Amino acid sequence: MILQTLAFYLFACIAVASGVMVIAARNPVHSVLFLILAFFNSAGLFVLMGAEFLAMLLVVVYVGAVAVLFLFVVMMLDIDFIRLREGFMRYLPVGAMIGLVLLAELAVVIGGYFMAPEFGGPDGAMPGPTVGAITNTEAIGRLIYTDYVYIFQAAGLVLLVAMVGAIVLTARRRTGVKRQRAADQNARRPEDSVEIVKIPTGSGV
Amino acid sequence: MSNITRAVWSFALWELLSGMSLTLRAMFRRKVTLNYPYEKGPLSPRFRGEHALRRYPNGEERCIACKLCEAVCPAQAITIEAEERADGSRRTTRYDIDMTKCIYCGYCQEACPVDAIVEGPNAEFATETREELFYNKQKLLLNGERWEAEIATNIALDAPYR
Amino acid sequence: MAEIFTDTLWPWVLFIWPWIKIPVLIIVIIVPVLLSVAYLTYWERKIIGWMQYRKGPNVVGWLGLMQPFADGLKLFLKETIIPSGANPIIFLLSPMITFVLALIAWAVIPFDEGWVLADINVGILYLFAISSLGVYGVVMAGWASNSKYAFLGALRSAAQMVSYEVSMGFVIVTVLFLVGSLNLSDIVRAQSGGFWNWHMFGILAPMGVVFFVSTLAETNRSPFDLPEAEAELVAGYFVEYSSFPFAMFFLGEYANMILMAGMTSILFLGGWQAPIPALDVIPGIIWFGLKVAFVLFFFLWVRATFPRYRYDQLMRLGWKVFLPLSLAWVVLVAGIVEFTGA
Repeated sequence: MILQTLAFYLFACIAVASGVMVIAARNPVHSVLFLILAFFNSAGLFVLMGAEFLAMLLVVVYVGAVAVLFLFVVMMLDIDFIRLREGFMRYLPVGAMIGLVLLAELAVVIGGYFMAPEFGGPDGAMPGPTVGAITNTEAIGRLIYTDYVYIFQAAGLVLLVAMVGAIVLTARRRTGVKRQRAADQNARRPEDSVEIVKIPTGSGV
Repeated sequence: MSNITRAVWSFALWELLSGMSLTLRAMFRRKVTLNYPYEKGPLSPRFRGEHALRRYPNGEERCIACKLCEAVCPAQAITIEAEERADGSRRTTRYDIDMTKCIYCGYCQEACPVDAIVEGPNAEFATETREELFYNKQKLLLNGERWEAEIATNIALDAPYR
Repeated sequence: MAEIFTDTLWPWVLFIWPWIKIPVLIIVIIVPVLLSVAYLTYWERKIIGWMQYRKGPNVVGWLGLMQPFADGLKLFLKETIIPSGANPIIFLLSPMITFVLALIAWAVIPFDEGWVLADINVGILYLFAISSLGVYGVVMAGWASNSKYAFLGALRSAAQMVSYEVSMGFVIVTVLFLVGSLNLSDIVRAQSGGFWNWHMFGILAPMGVVFFVSTLAETNRSPFDLPEAEAELVAGYFVEYSSFPFAMFFLGEYANMILMAGMTSILFLGGWQAPIPALDVIPGIIWFGLKVAFVLFFFLWVRATFPRYRYDQLMRLGWKVFLPLSLAWVVLVAGIVEFTGA
């Protein structure tokens, strides 16, 4: 048990520290790298909770795909550090406001947990299979595909719409551009395009 | 072949497989590698390698200091100084070739009226310092002695074509 | 005396035991993996040499067998150069990430029945997660090198690895439909009883091919070695690396190749299972090794045969051929499982 506790504090401290570094780091690339570290440690926390499926999905989806694209974009930025800090004081009140709102919401959630643990607490009214009987992969699958199937499908649809939207917004159909059509190339045969002609010497074509 | 059969072959990656079978067959063929320092390929008698100054069979050096090679050298790698020798014959006192300048075109041996300067069959004369590649007369004559047999054979073999 | 031992010492021994056992097991796995990496480089040069009518390395040691060690020694004796504009921490961190990621994935690989360091329930997801992390070593190296060739190589590699991961994920899903478990040992057990039960020789055969080709792209191997295309990008993301960091990249890449070969053999070639039940007397680890070697031979064979893809062709293959194909196969396999109850 002591090992789990140690591991929990290790993961939690690193996650929080790297979360702080995400906003404190000067270089945006370092910020993203710290964000990845934070993701990674949250995955570690999931493993400690026995939710290894969620942990792996967090790593595959967030670290393996989403953060790579973040990193991609941030690395391509041409960063001007002086301009980056220019508007700091101007945006400080707005930022502080948003921070306060988030803090208040967190307080409400935590307060609710302590005052009325029957809603949302570990022994709350949420439908869920008993722990230990089946693997958590199966458990989450049953939950998603039975009780929450419509919400799950709706989430999928939202993502699909977002994807289609992004493609519609960015794809330009340019005229006059030659494109490779692999199917046409594969369908070409020598008989269709090459003619072998025997020319008698000196007579020309 | 109809389009359908072609599509089936293409789906079965037929062209990729035929390419791979070619490389697999190549794997078991005879290898053509020469284990270079231990095995060497044949050289043409006209091969233009390291320079050498030859002597006549009686030991007299061939070069008469006519400076034709110096004049023809496109890279200006040859430097010659000449003086009359005690017996009254004209001989070089200095015959230097800067091997780092030489482009191994072979004009010097073409120009030589007495077959004194030749490019021998040796191509393995790499050195560790640049200075070692500034050849002087002594070094060139030594080369001539060392490679005389090969050089003579090569000249004899090439003679019918000249 | 004996009481003291049983009462006070024995609990300590029980407590300490995992701390001894696990490091020893880790070493028992890592040392052969690194040795295989060394000899993979040797066999790569040998086999590609043979396919090009050459002999391959044959000078250092008998038949050139000491060549990998000579190469390693050469690398370690060189100077580690950090380019002046580079970000030194990330520059040195990225080869370590590549190397470590290539090694930690071996924790869940079952070498034989029960021969697995961590038999976790989500083994295949773990492997998939680790392989998707591999892109970080490359991207960070490219960025930290402060060199345009390295950066272009890193961009190419990132786009390529993310693209092919998608179809790889769907291929894994088709396998999971048939097996019904994310545990690697269960996946292997589902293919027992002869080679006709292996996934490679059933409905999943096209997926096996898609998976193999995706692993080629995932490990930046020819014909998808655009990130290190020597003709255009000099060496891609590790242009600026030398000495030990370069060696770590190199070891990591080859360990990844072996890992992917292992994954292919587990998912599609029946892992430690013998091809026919009569051959079960030969231990499973030998079969597993043979299968991994066979897949690795394919890696080298493909490299000796095909020219490098152009970048748009690579993306076309990933998104327009493999993704629809694997999606269609997910639907097909799901339908078969649903209607036959297999």
